[in-house]
Amino acid sequence: MHIILNGEQTAITSQTLLAMVKEKGFDPDTVIAEVNLQLIKKDDWEQTTLAEGDTVELLSFVGGG
Amino acid sequence: MMSTIQTQDDTLYFGDVAFSSRLLTGTGKFASGDIIAPMLAASGSELITVALRRVDPNAKEKDILQYIPKSVRILPNTSGARTAEEAVRIARIAREAGCGDFIKIEVITDMKYLLPDNAGTLRATEILAKEGFIVLPYMMPDITVTKQLHDAGAAAIMPLGAPIGTNRGLEMKPMIKRIIEISKLPVVVDAGIGRPSQAAEAMEMGADAVLVNTAIATSHDPVAAGKAFALAVQAGRMAYLAQLAEEKEYAEASSPLTGFLRS
Repeated sequence: MHIILNGEQTAITSQTLLAMVKEKGFDPDTVIAEVNLQLIKKDDWEQTTLAEGDTVELLSFVGGG
Repeated sequence: MMSTIQTQDDTLYFGDVAFSSRLLTGTGKFASGDIIAPMLAASGSELITVALRRVDPNAKEKDILQYIPKSVRILPNTSGARTAEEAVRIARIAREAGCGDFIKIEVITDMKYLLPDNAGTLRATEILAKEGFIVLPYMMPDITVTKQLHDAGAAAIMPLGAPIGTNRGLEMKPMIKRIIEISKLPVVVDAGIGRPSQAAEAMEMGADAVLVNTAIATSHDPVAAGKAFALAVQAGRMAYLAQLAEEKEYAEASSPLTGFLRS
């Protein structure tokens, strides 16, 4: 299926948020996830099922002043 | 008379959180994240800013939080926000992600000069203070907005010294002085401070703290620069507490003016 990942149409094979994060090569420990503008707590990632067309934002803390 | 050094408790509070260091630092622009911890140790800074961004699949860099010792409190900023609503969203995400209640509001619509949008900053402060955040709003020095930020529940007032990253120091000095006069909240001079002497000057004027990122991060030796800024902030603070005498127009002898061996 396809989701909008960080603004880009992206094909994924995973069903859950946790699996998708790993599929795309991100470290789940250092990434923050929003699905359809809703922040998903890390404990809930495994239970969060993604659907066609979902908007997912993966964020992390970076250097800033 | 007892010296203020011995008698005065000089703790700085943002909300109900106490700080002994009056130097806030940032994590932007360091050549390597590995320098951040030794810089923090050398500077004694207890509050450091971080930013939140979309992850870049091509740049697998370590999360910046991993470089910051647990003893140092995180001050997430809302950089990248062009509206109050975006700033609010970033603040909520940062808190949910475990960064605590501190938030530095940064709402910038002007991408050339990078000057803060005070109207958006005020709106975001109102919303986030009601949600229990300890809000430190970065603002264009302005007396009316200073008063409005008090009413909105801000925990500090953070006027800019000069535009972000310019190292030009206290270009806004007259307005910052007025803000210090009227503010009941701590005043933190944020942005533009390029030299320890400028940090000392801000503190001598009565600023409660300064936030320095670029000048430390982009120096040749950020650890030494962090220490230099810390000493300058301490010197400036001590000078402020000592209530230095005013400038005078005319010379005033420091030694007796009676002639040497003449009367």
